[in-house]
Amino acid sequence: MCLGIPGRIVKIDDPAKKLATVDVGGVKRVINIACIVNEDHPVDSCVGDWVLVHVGFAMSRINEEEAAQTLKILTELGEAQAEIEAMRLSAAE
Amino acid sequence: MKYLDEFRDGEKARFLIKEIETLVSGMTLPADRPIYLMEVCGGHTHSIFRYGLEGMLPKEIELIHGPGCPVCVLPMGRVDDCVSIAENPKVIFATFGDAMRVPGSKKSLLQAKAEGADVRMVYSPMDALALARKNPDREVVFFGLGFETTMPSTALTILQAEADGVANFSVFCNHITIVPTIKAILDSPGLQLDGFLGPGHVSMVIGTAPYEFIANFYKKPMVVAGFEPLDILQSIWMVLKQIKEGRSEIENQYARIVPDGGNAAALSAVSRVYELREFFEWRGLGSIDHSGVKLREGYARYDAEQKFAIPNLKIADPKSCQCGEVLKGVIKPWQCKVFGSACTPETPLGALMVSSEGACAAYYQYGGVKRYKEAV
Repeated sequence: MCLGIPGRIVKIDDPAKKLATVDVGGVKRVINIACIVNEDHPVDSCVGDWVLVHVGFAMSRINEEEAAQTLKILTELGEAQAEIEAMRLSAAE
Repeated sequence: MKYLDEFRDGEKARFLIKEIETLVSGMTLPADRPIYLMEVCGGHTHSIFRYGLEGMLPKEIELIHGPGCPVCVLPMGRVDDCVSIAENPKVIFATFGDAMRVPGSKKSLLQAKAEGADVRMVYSPMDALALARKNPDREVVFFGLGFETTMPSTALTILQAEADGVANFSVFCNHITIVPTIKAILDSPGLQLDGFLGPGHVSMVIGTAPYEFIANFYKKPMVVAGFEPLDILQSIWMVLKQIKEGRSEIENQYARIVPDGGNAAALSAVSRVYELREFFEWRGLGSIDHSGVKLREGYARYDAEQKFAIPNLKIADPKSCQCGEVLKGVIKPWQCKVFGSACTPETPLGALMVSSEGACAAYYQYGGVKRYKEAV
């Protein structure tokens, strides 16, 4: 109920009621997308959106740039550690 | 699955643990205790146990599992109210699966169903509205449950019922709100907390501004966190960094889902449909001012509390049950007298054993009862 699951909008079913079909890991179901549409992002532009789905409602459009940014920080952290480790090992030799 | 797997990478998790260890080794620690960090949200508690994160952290850090599981904090009296509504022969009572096994003073919704009440498990409030359309001669009551995460979905469903003129649909509203509860925790005497992991999906709706008082007034750092193992570890690292640098700020680790301003459409539906209750009773925590919402007068015809006679009795928790102390972090789940004996996920006495997001069920499922009992 609280965790939600990412899915991709594949079809608009009812623009007036803001209903769309979402694909969550191969499972399709109709969800409400009222919370992710606004003037800048109208209903018909939602196909292809990655969204987080909670109890049948798309509650957030997943921000791909932010997702990439978080992963980049984590990758860099790993690279920095590998570097330090390599320095430590070479110094010990 | 995209946006899940990449945040579950084991190698990156090991890097983060190393970073956390390095940070902790350079910190001035409290003299007589570990660093206490509270994850407010039950979803975090669930992930922490599912991925065994607690055991990976250095011993200087202890996680306190907060009250953010809406099923767990539901008082027994409210479950009795549900059962009473459900036993009305005209009613189809629709609920999320999580709430089915929560014990009331006499029975759970599942037991009521076994005895003949028409209780249906639904995935979405929209499914409950569909039930109402399909059964025009019955009254469909949806059990509205959850923090701000699920509050908008119930509100939007009520607005849809209004737009479609569905008259045989109503909501038994038990939605609760997290900020007054965090404040109540911060105000409780003797509580020692050094920082918070903020609830990611509540924040996706309300944004990060409502937490500013935690940093400004209580001088505690908070990092709004995602739910995958890397999210949680990175958030712990960010909180520790704040503590080390003497900062108390509200930071957002989960920016891919949480915009700082929250979700305007969701908030507008929420404020249209609900108003704050003067107070709401929480299991284990008692009454907390302005911590629950009810339907506004204008939506009275969709309000099950107006439509049906509801007993609304205050029922004390069973004497042997120590859910309240666990919720406040005073005792650990396995220190409860009935943990794993009289109280198990199959036959729960207390609410924390019912939901997989409850601290007791999490320890029981993933921790192994024996190990914890031996460690005491």
